[in-house]
Amino acid sequence: MKRKGIEVSKAIAEAAKLARVEVVSAYPITPQTHIVEHLAELVANGELEAVYLNVESEHSALSACVGAAATGARTFTSTSAQGLELMHEILFITSSLRLPVVMVLVNRALSAPLSIWCDHSDVMAARDCGWIMLFCENGQEAVDSLIMAYRIAEDKRVLLPVIVNVDGFTLSHVIEPIEFPEQDEVDRFLPPYEALFKLDPERPVTFGAYGMPEIYTEAKYAQEMALVSSKKVIKEVMEEFGKRFGREYKVVETYNMENSKVAFVSCGSINENIKTAIDLLKKDGLDVGLISLRLFRPFPSEEFLESLKNVKRLIVVERSMPQGATNTPIFNEICALIFTRKLDLTVENYIAGLGGRDVLPQEFLELVVNPPEKDHGREYKVLGVRG
Amino acid sequence: MKILKTLEKYMEDPSLELVASGHRACQGCAEVLALRMAFKVLGKNTIVAMATGCMEIISTPLPITCWRLPWIHVAFENTAAVASGIESAIRILMAKGKIDKKWINVVGVAGDGGTSDIGLQALSGALERGHRLIYICLDNEAYMNTGVQRSSSTPYGASTTTSPPGKKSIGQSTWKKDMPKIAVAHNIPYVATACPSYPFDLFNKLKKAKEKDGPSYIHILSVCPTGWRIPSEMAIEYGRLAVRCGMFPLYEVEDGVYKMTFKPDTLIPVEEYIKGQGRFRHLTEKEIKEIQQRVNSEWEKLNKLCEITKP
Repeated sequence: MKRKGIEVSKAIAEAAKLARVEVVSAYPITPQTHIVEHLAELVANGELEAVYLNVESEHSALSACVGAAATGARTFTSTSAQGLELMHEILFITSSLRLPVVMVLVNRALSAPLSIWCDHSDVMAARDCGWIMLFCENGQEAVDSLIMAYRIAEDKRVLLPVIVNVDGFTLSHVIEPIEFPEQDEVDRFLPPYEALFKLDPERPVTFGAYGMPEIYTEAKYAQEMALVSSKKVIKEVMEEFGKRFGREYKVVETYNMENSKVAFVSCGSINENIKTAIDLLKKDGLDVGLISLRLFRPFPSEEFLESLKNVKRLIVVERSMPQGATNTPIFNEICALIFTRKLDLTVENYIAGLGGRDVLPQEFLELVVNPPEKDHGREYKVLGVRG
Repeated sequence: MKILKTLEKYMEDPSLELVASGHRACQGCAEVLALRMAFKVLGKNTIVAMATGCMEIISTPLPITCWRLPWIHVAFENTAAVASGIESAIRILMAKGKIDKKWINVVGVAGDGGTSDIGLQALSGALERGHRLIYICLDNEAYMNTGVQRSSSTPYGASTTTSPPGKKSIGQSTWKKDMPKIAVAHNIPYVATACPSYPFDLFNKLKKAKEKDGPSYIHILSVCPTGWRIPSEMAIEYGRLAVRCGMFPLYEVEDGVYKMTFKPDTLIPVEEYIKGQGRFRHLTEKEIKEIQQRVNSEWEKLNKLCEITKP
């Protein structure tokens, strides 16, 4: 295991190299660029045996991944915000065709106003596209998640695409000490991709036929079941990764939950500041926990409920606007669970960190000890917004 | 004799029927005929990426398919990008020894809307990148699958459901987009026009495309009796008339060199092509004359290009 200080974007590219990706198809958009620039370099230097496809748009970036994955190649793409929106149509087709494409989504706010900075409005606008979605808190998680993503996506019981969410700038552009597994260890963990069905003249198959009303529901049901059942494989893969590489991940991570009656729920790099706030509160003798969603799709309902333990008050912090919905996406999922399982909990919804605005540990601390009023007539509070 | 042998080979060998019968194309559809002919030449070692459109809809209602070739449909506008991905995958998998090294044709197929309108960007990208792929545009001159709406490839004056003639409209108010020339501008090894009314010409062009080590673009006029409002048994005849009047010249551009592949001694008047078609029924003599003038000047330009690019 090699450990070195490296920019997270470059580390992600190195992880893609360790995964021996075969077709890289991407279009530049800030803050994703450093990942694909480094991959282009690795291919140019002959360090990675792959085709680097300079496509003319994100729509084509993902479309080319679809074509390549259907032909049996291991594919990689990466994008942010507007790029993901341009891919939107193809996101749904990729998952419906059951192709194990893996994408690193460097989270960035959606325009307008144009912003290159981080929030989760991009992934949340695409949350129901049938992809498996993972979140990362730091660079090491990003590297490990990418390697695991291929193993999950290509598992014959899954065959679904995966998005690995990495917060733009706060994560993608920082230099972190990262442990890289050895190539032969990764090879043992992640064998070469063997497609169950592929575009092969020796064995012709039809991909992407259309469905009449008699069959469409069945096709979508089968796909939904595959996505729901993928959770079992995701957990298996995370466990095996832990055994092989010494860093075990869970679909729902918890922090200081043992004696906590109050807990935060969030995802992504913001969790590190929440943890700092939790540590400060602990010094004052107050136990507050954190439930971090590493897996967002399929939603890990059971694991989330198990993580609640003695919690009576949940503070859900999200980095996207509800866009006219009652609340933000994760909050809505949690409330549906609490209601259907008849749990006795209070749940608060805070929106913070939009368009790259920093949210400091002090602000999370405040939420615990001095919760603000909801915005007038709304079921949530947007933190720090100036009238 | 040689011609007859070719015909026999392509039309009577059942192993070359790679687009099986039993599809749901309209009666007299020359588009599916073009498809059938094209894949006879390309043969079994072929992978097809197809855009949304008539040919996709008539050939693959889940769980049925009429494709005896590996075939993929993803969306409307991205056929060339999907084909790029397929070609890239083949290249790397062969280099890594994961699949046998042999000649595999990668073919993108789209209609005129999927090519000259919504798919133009992806096509330009694929041509510019120089993938070894064959892109076939099946041009029936409107969005036939959705009910005959105009595309940028609809000819001037034609009536479609979104370019209806009326007191203030002639019908389609713009001239047909010159897709083959746009393809030529990418400096690719091979561009050609074809029409299933001229099967040998079509066979020869696909044979050439197949041998090129780079992108080729084949633009096939595919008569659509439903959208053009002509009797279904007249599809082949109208393809001939389109070529003979000069509205759809058969030519090829090989490494930048233009060449007519069928040059009628004299062009028949465009009126002979236009008059029997329901989509042109409303046109006045003056308007037909205007079209004739345009055809004449385009024909002249094309001939000049043949002259000046002659090596």
